[in-house]
Amino acid sequence: MAKNKRTKKPLTDAPALGFVGSLRWIWTQLTSMPTALFLLLLLAVAAVPGSIFPQRRVNPELVTQYLTDNPVSGPWLDRFQLFDVYSSAWFSAIYLLLFISLVGCIIPRIKKHAIALRSKPPRTPTKLERLPQYTRLELDPVQATAITAEQLVSEGQRILRKRGYRVDRRDDAGVLSVSAERGYVREIGNIVFHTSLLGILLSMAIGGAFGYSGQRIVVEGETFVNSLVSYDSFSPGTNFDAKNLEPYSVGLDKFDITFDRESETHFGQPLDFTAHVTTRRSPDAEAQQEDLKVNHPLRINGADVYLVGNGYAPVVTVKDGEGKVAFSGPVVSTPQDSVYTSVMVLKVPDANPEQLGFTGFLLPTALVDETGFGISGDPNAINPQLHLNSYYGDLGLDEGKPQNVYVLDTDKLTELNSRSQDAGGIILEAGQTYELPDGKGSISFDDLKRFVALDVNYDPGKAPIAVCSFLALAGLAISLFTPRRRVWLRPITDEQGLRGVEFALLARGEDPRLQREAAELSKIFHNTWPLAEKSKDLGEVNA
Amino acid sequence: MLRIATLAPINETLGTYSQLFMLLAAMVYMVAFICFALDLAKTNKTIAALDAKALEEDQRVLASAGGQNAAAIGTVTPARRGNSGRADNVGEDVVNDEMTYTALSPKRGIAKIAVVLTWLAVALHGFAVVSRSLAAHRVPWGNMYEFLTTGAFVVALVYLVALFFKDLRFVGSFIIGLVTLMLCAATIGFPTPVGHLVPALQSPWIVIHVSIAVLASALFSISFAMNVLQLLQHSRMNRLAEGKEDKLPFMRLVPGAGALENFAYRINTIAFVMWTFTVMAGAIWAEAAWGRYWGWDPKEVWSFVIWVVYAGYLHARATGGWTGPRSAWLSIIGYGCVIFNFTIVNIYFNGLHSYAGV
Ligand code: HEM
Repeated sequence: MAKNKRTKKPLTDAPALGFVGSLRWIWTQLTSMPTALFLLLLLAVAAVPGSIFPQRRVNPELVTQYLTDNPVSGPWLDRFQLFDVYSSAWFSAIYLLLFISLVGCIIPRIKKHAIALRSKPPRTPTKLERLPQYTRLELDPVQATAITAEQLVSEGQRILRKRGYRVDRRDDAGVLSVSAERGYVREIGNIVFHTSLLGILLSMAIGGAFGYSGQRIVVEGETFVNSLVSYDSFSPGTNFDAKNLEPYSVGLDKFDITFDRESETHFGQPLDFTAHVTTRRSPDAEAQQEDLKVNHPLRINGADVYLVGNGYAPVVTVKDGEGKVAFSGPVVSTPQDSVYTSVMVLKVPDANPEQLGFTGFLLPTALVDETGFGISGDPNAINPQLHLNSYYGDLGLDEGKPQNVYVLDTDKLTELNSRSQDAGGIILEAGQTYELPDGKGSISFDDLKRFVALDVNYDPGKAPIAVCSFLALAGLAISLFTPRRRVWLRPITDEQGLRGVEFALLARGEDPRLQREAAELSKIFHNTWPLAEKSKDLGEVNA
Repeated sequence: MLRIATLAPINETLGTYSQLFMLLAAMVYMVAFICFALDLAKTNKTIAALDAKALEEDQRVLASAGGQNAAAIGTVTPARRGNSGRADNVGEDVVNDEMTYTALSPKRGIAKIAVVLTWLAVALHGFAVVSRSLAAHRVPWGNMYEFLTTGAFVVALVYLVALFFKDLRFVGSFIIGLVTLMLCAATIGFPTPVGHLVPALQSPWIVIHVSIAVLASALFSISFAMNVLQLLQHSRMNRLAEGKEDKLPFMRLVPGAGALENFAYRINTIAFVMWTFTVMAGAIWAEAAWGRYWGWDPKEVWSFVIWVVYAGYLHARATGGWTGPRSAWLSIIGYGCVIFNFTIVNIYFNGLHSYAGV
């Protein structure tokens, strides 16, 4: 928003700047339009790597995977924060400089416009015909006496005011003229737009500081209570305080999926996910039955609960070698494809004398292909089967190292069941029990439930961002589409009196319709004053 | 709210008709494209003939009367009259910087055929798009096939409507070529039978967010064409001014570089506001569907990059010294990002924004 300083300062200025002078020089450079343009383009370039390399904030597992796959280049990329582009030092530096530059542009511009808003349109130039858009209209000589210069100016004023101009009647040493300007909102729009961009940035900072987000998986029949311990993962904002968590609860009663059963080409594509939930907005509030769907989050006390995933959770009971129940409950399995072939991992550290581990698949509609391999034929649980391998030994859970619950490290375990063992793999239908070899225990497949993955987000920056975005859009449209232009109009007189009228237009900024406006004014003047018919042809464009 | 307990069944027959009409439309566009190209080549000959006649006349006048018949020089053939100082002496009667129809316009017979054929193609295309929408009981933009076919329809229709006001036939081969290409890409690259939308796409925002995005992209395409022509015209004028040979004679039918730049700028401003709206609407939708309004998903990254590049373009225009070819290049880079966002990002970058059908 700075003026274009195209006049280069003489180089000899440079050594004499001093400290304050240097600061001022830096400031002038930073707030100049070419610098803003450069930073803007740099920002575009800097954003690109974030779409090429996996980002920690979006998908941390992919980053770990990338680092494992690229042991040489990976750590180097990491050193340059290419897995955290949008919070990296260099990305932040660019947008902060840009916004500083923006502030440096806006403030003087606001001041200047505040003055412009209170002042009159500028004085009428002496030689109007030098302006790019100039028109001269002659009065019809027969009727010239019907109107005076005085009247012409007053009417000119009225016409221009009606067309949205701010007008000023001028009398420069006896020469009457009208000076007019319109489109002051163009600049206001521009200022609103740029200020709103700042507003968006600040609101994002507020959201980042006071908000939080968490993930939680809930199986049918379970209830999630909003407190730190109930989250599977949780990322608090920098100024987050756990006391601010509202103690509401969401219980999953039932989860329904509708699949496309009619289309041949899209058979089995999901059409609808609905989680029937029971919510309590506070511990003593009444329970409410609600539906949670994609695109329709639950909005509870400022925090929003989203349905972001789902799958099957087979209910399993494991007895150990001593015959005691070592595990009983739903096991969340991860769907791999559109027919919900799901990976299942179960660790049973409580089993005695030996800990037990299971990995394998849940097949909602099990079919056996020609090689004897089980596959799933449908996403619905028509014929659910568990196909598992089993292990015994030390699960390594006692060392206190955090482990991924969805991965079983079989290095220190001994295989009990698999296709390569004599006992074969475990295949269980719902309701069946399988006795593990060597009296290591048993596993039974009792029931099949569904689970949902919930995201909980609290972002106090959301509402201000919405407001700022709206203002930015409105400001932008106004600043781009409101023409700002000046008009000067002057009666032409000679010794015989009033002869005609001349007027000129000047665009301030882009104004593709300036010429049309001149033609429009000409037409109105023709309808208002007794102008000579042929004077239409005298209209002239110096463009 | 769009709560569909049971979605109305897909009308497969209508869907098949839609596909058939899409193919027919593509064929007619192809012919229209050829006509537009022929027009550039042929009208070029017409102008050359006019020029030759004018030159002959000049010489006759000069030879017969010297300075005596000065008035005759003022009435040389229209094609010789100056047109905003163009170095190629193309008269206002051939083409002018307001891009309005001129006295010579009706003489472009093949161009007229091209426009009529384009109307025919748009009618077939419109039927294809609408019938697909009816077959699926929803807006016809839910996967790549539909973005391409509906997008191409919007480009063609916007162009035809613009033809009522301006003589933009000089970009006909470009625009209709692009439309043909989009239809071919859709039918060959992403053939997708009619189907329902996945739950994430079942929202009223699909109507707003996607339609404005498609419209903005259509406008960016048109201004891109203008900017490319602007650069060609610019370098051609420079060559001519240096007295070199005219390597792109068909460009005589194209307005001056300055006029093209201004026209592209006006379209870009409209498209930029629409793009801003698209990004904002996308953020509102993402908030409801994915639980956050902005998450630097690849699609979001590239929408942001596009926005910033075009903001840079607008600033460049407002800065002295950055108008002309430089700002045209920015606009072209911006359009490159639009295409990248629509093709490479959709197909190869995995994200939440990966649509059904790709
Ligand atoms: C986040 C960064 C910025 C964005 C996205 C942005 C975007 C825009 C847009 C879209 C316009 C409207 C175009 C126009 O009116 O021609 C505009 C105008 C303008 N911007 Fe920015 N801007 C940014 C930063 C800056 C900065 C840092 C400066 C000052 C150095 C600046 C100075 C201007 C000026 C002077 C105009 C008015 C141009 C005119 O009226 O023709 N902008 N900006």
